[in-house]
Amino acid sequence: MTVKVYVPCDTTAVSIGADRVAAQISAAAGSAGLDVMIVRNGSRGMFWLEPLVEVETSTGRIAYGPVKPSDVASLFASDFLRGGPHALRLGATDEIPYLKNQERLTFQRVGVIDPLSMEEYAAQGGWSGLQQAIVSAPAQIVAVVKESGLRGRGGAAFPTGIKWQTVLDTPADQKYIVCNADEGDSGTFADRMLMEGDPYCLIEGMIIAGLAVGATVGYIYLRSEYPRCWTTLNEAIRRCEAAGWLGKNVAGSNHAFHLEVRLGAGSYICGEETALLESLEGKRGEVRAKPPLPAHVGLFGKPTIVNNVITLATVPLLLARGGKFYADFGQGRSRGTLTLQLSGNIQRPGLIEKAFGLTLHELLYEYGGGSASGRPLRAVQAGGPLGAYIPTRDFDLPLDYEAFAQRGAMIGHGGIVAFDDTVDMRRMARFALEFCAEESCGKCTPCRIGSVRGVEVIDRIAQGEDRDKNLVLLESLCDTMQHGSLCAMGGMTPFPVQSALQHFPEDFER
Amino acid sequence: MMGRTQVSWTTACSSVSWTTLWSNFADGTIHDNADRGAIHDTRILFAGSKGFIGMELQAIREIVARHRHRPGAMLPILHEIQQVGGHLPATAIAIIAEALNVSRAEVYGVITFYADFRTEPPGRSIIQVCRGEACQAKGGCELEEHAKRSLGIDFHQTTTDDAVTLEPVFCLGNCACSPSVRVGDEVHGRVDATRFDELVAEAKASSGVGP
Repeated sequence: MTVKVYVPCDTTAVSIGADRVAAQISAAAGSAGLDVMIVRNGSRGMFWLEPLVEVETSTGRIAYGPVKPSDVASLFASDFLRGGPHALRLGATDEIPYLKNQERLTFQRVGVIDPLSMEEYAAQGGWSGLQQAIVSAPAQIVAVVKESGLRGRGGAAFPTGIKWQTVLDTPADQKYIVCNADEGDSGTFADRMLMEGDPYCLIEGMIIAGLAVGATVGYIYLRSEYPRCWTTLNEAIRRCEAAGWLGKNVAGSNHAFHLEVRLGAGSYICGEETALLESLEGKRGEVRAKPPLPAHVGLFGKPTIVNNVITLATVPLLLARGGKFYADFGQGRSRGTLTLQLSGNIQRPGLIEKAFGLTLHELLYEYGGGSASGRPLRAVQAGGPLGAYIPTRDFDLPLDYEAFAQRGAMIGHGGIVAFDDTVDMRRMARFALEFCAEESCGKCTPCRIGSVRGVEVIDRIAQGEDRDKNLVLLESLCDTMQHGSLCAMGGMTPFPVQSALQHFPEDFER
Repeated sequence: MMGRTQVSWTTACSSVSWTTLWSNFADGTIHDNADRGAIHDTRILFAGSKGFIGMELQAIREIVARHRHRPGAMLPILHEIQQVGGHLPATAIAIIAEALNVSRAEVYGVITFYADFRTEPPGRSIIQVCRGEACQAKGGCELEEHAKRSLGIDFHQTTTDDAVTLEPVFCLGNCACSPSVRVGDEVHGRVDATRFDELVAEAKASSGVGP
């Protein structure tokens, strides 16, 4: 009987040797005459265990990891194809506490299935959301999304249902669905994992969005730093077209939906929705003044939904299980689950999908296991390069949009980067401004000039030149950028700087 | 996709430099939108230049023709020309401008806005070192320094043997196994100085240059 062995094809798993492990297993099975089928799944998101090899046994999937190519011979010697004992054996994958204690809704299939297998996607609940949407009126679809309380997972946390309602209510001869897959925040990789691990889920979400607002064309704006996503998404779209899920007549519904992936070109600001639209139109990625909102005047001047990958990939579940099912997770105005991405100086980095409300402390120590270096953690940066640095005394913060906002921090896209006590917060503050100077689109002065001046001021502080005066100047500059910039790039670059100044003033006194 | 090193436009267009192009534009033609499209043949731009080779121009024209009717065709065109030729030669600008009915200044503006697009040929391998915070938390700055020192170049530069172009990148989405490096289309995780040197050696070997 054929034994199924899973070796992830996820970028991160491959970056530390998954391809070589898969090749080694294939070769070893071949020379031993064993009937092994290697399935390249997405990652389960437990990256300290990657490459994580799973074997399908009569009692479910058994995990081994982290597996090096040189471990493969001993795995075969230990009869791992039947789940045999081995130093790397982790037991049943689903029972590993890191995974077991999660609430995987959006990521329900990521790491479980072969990402491009239409059969497995359908068998694991795929397309049931779309089937429901096809028999629903547009207003009903939007009502389900509203009821779920889903808010934009790209970072801005705008209520998705309200955005959709606006596009639905705006009459036009053409509307668009745009997926923001320009996941540029350092410390975030949830979009990438989903696109590589369950691409049909995103496609299904975009088709549903199209049905909901009457849009017939969709674009996925993908960052060029994700070459594997490009290949996977294009192949997934090709297969969906062949199977009739995309095209002139989606699943026999008499609704058209055409989908295309467009590649960005290494610009962080194109993750800002209006800059993204400019880029899609073939222009420099400069932000547009709002209003008008993209929901009214978006891509090519037409009403457009711009949603993040995770937002759109959550939609099929809402339709399949109902808005209330999703809203029952979470707390306060933060409903559903959050896909947290833990990285940096942390023992157990990974993807953790949990209902809102988990505290930072639980995340960093119970899941993350503390620092990788063994030294005490000193700070985390939440929400990407524009997010505040949070000191250890605030680790009691629950992961909740409003709770974070109250303390001047933000969850953003859910990336949490941990730093141990060797971090130099003055250097991190300088980097935030340097990054802004590098990536500013240049349209508004506070961001374009303020970032450059900010770097200079921090350098003067570092040299001990009029330190007190320059600290006041830096605060003032941050204030100007925060309140005078056109978009979040200039408006939020001060957050990491101000939080570093506020919580770690000693680093600016050296 | 996005292979970097198959052909280089320069072999054919070596004497058509950007400096030449812009000194031509400096006479005022570029600033006049009414003039766009008037220069149908880019050869006019390079009058006196022996670098013009019809074959490459034909390849660029074919790429442009294939994409020009797509909405927002500019980036797909630029990506494909660069994918085929390694960089965006000056000869491409006028062809794109005419096809998309925009000024050459606009095409140039788009090219220079995006970090990915290059107007000069890169080395045989492009190595990107991630500068993101998650990489910094695990020794990314030290790796960056090592990369520059060991290759003897700064970011955006190419080694004298044309083997490697070093570029910074702000996040490869590989944060859980930082620090990260991308060589061509392959991402590598947990890269330290030793691993970096191995990657450079592998890149040189695969592009036919000894270590």
